[in-house]
Amino acid sequence: MYAYFVSFLLAIVSYLLIDNVVLQRFYGICSFIGVGNKTKSAVSMGLAVVFVIFFSALICFPIYHYVLVPAGLPFMDTVVYILVIASLVQVVGLFIKKYSPALYKSLGIYLPLITTNCAVLGVVQENTDSLLDFGMSMANALGTSLGYLLMIFVFACIRTRMEAYNAPRAMKGVPLALITAGIMAMAIMGLSGMGA
Amino acid sequence: MDQIARQRHHDSFVAGIIKENPLFVTILGTCPALAVTKSFEAALGMGLLFTFVLVGSNVLISALRKLIPEEIETPAYIVIVATFVTVVKMLTNAFLPNLYTSLGVFLSLLVVNCIVLGRAEAFANKNTVYDSFLDGIGNGIGYTLALVIISLVREILGTGMLTFGDIFTFLQVNGASVHLYILKGPTWDYSISLLANPAGGFFVFGVIMAVLAYKNNKKKDKEAAERRAKAYAAANAAPKPAPKPEAVVVPTKGGAN
Repeated sequence: MYAYFVSFLLAIVSYLLIDNVVLQRFYGICSFIGVGNKTKSAVSMGLAVVFVIFFSALICFPIYHYVLVPAGLPFMDTVVYILVIASLVQVVGLFIKKYSPALYKSLGIYLPLITTNCAVLGVVQENTDSLLDFGMSMANALGTSLGYLLMIFVFACIRTRMEAYNAPRAMKGVPLALITAGIMAMAIMGLSGMGA
Repeated sequence: MDQIARQRHHDSFVAGIIKENPLFVTILGTCPALAVTKSFEAALGMGLLFTFVLVGSNVLISALRKLIPEEIETPAYIVIVATFVTVVKMLTNAFLPNLYTSLGVFLSLLVVNCIVLGRAEAFANKNTVYDSFLDGIGNGIGYTLALVIISLVREILGTGMLTFGDIFTFLQVNGASVHLYILKGPTWDYSISLLANPAGGFFVFGVIMAVLAYKNNKKKDKEAAERRAKAYAAANAAPKPAPKPEAVVVPTKGGAN
């Protein structure tokens, strides 16, 4: 039990930093580049993604192992997951609207976008494809989503500062954002030795 | 076929290839563009599978465009796209297992590829089946082209050679992959292995985008200069006050999700 707990924590750290969702595994680049120049909206988006990834991993694991596999339909996984995610995004939206209107106001516009965020489907599909058990699936979900939150926040901070500098005209906007992300990915690469 | 319809077919086919290239101009579908472009073969395979999914979903959505109520448009589209992706996944797993393993999760992630849903909402639900088919092929070619360009740069600079046969096994010679050495020889090696790493993907994509923006800006500057020269000439010919030349505005492109 203790050994499993240690490996659970190690898996979270590894998914959070070493195999970072955006910079090493390339999930959710669109939102990363698109949203990331206002710190506040970046954090809102990141939090909404954390919510959705956590709950979709929690729901999709039993659906795959206790419904699809016994029914002999494991090939239907992608179709089922995307439906679960799409409805979950709706439910999470309604839930937040009811209990925290202030949070809803700040997350509002980003919630529908999460359905098409590759990070959500990517995590759930990865859990299935690499046959992770329940604990490791949740570690993947937690580590990945927190890694997304961390990186989108750091990236937004960098881009806010970057706007004050006089970059060459051709580099302004997306090209510079991509180069910045590349340098961040190099920094993350330095941690790759930590993986056990 | 009358002239207008032919022109429309031509437009829907050509637009997606270069002028509205889904990756380089509208900046959609960036995740696979960085993830699968480590090798030329994987990028080409991804592009072809993407084209298949896009054409299939475009045609089906366009055929059903009068049946699907507006309120449930997006869920219906997602289910249609997911169906095609499942078909593609099973076929790839059966016939090109190496491509299946090398694309991994990104094959499933075609479901949430912004281009497929974007074309469905922007084109297929308003146009005829044939036009949507052509639009799918055009955008598919454009995306494949973009992926192939990135992957060629990354594979040649990153590994110093091009490898054929690792994924498309029918290209193998005597049961082994074919290597085409470009920046690498028996005693020398000028490859930059960083570019084959995830970080290199960002750099290559960023530099390509910058080069395209540079060319675009130059073209715009030239047009603006021509406009100014014309206005100046017009002002000198007639003793009227010259119209104020328009300011050159650089549009900033934002990648929506």
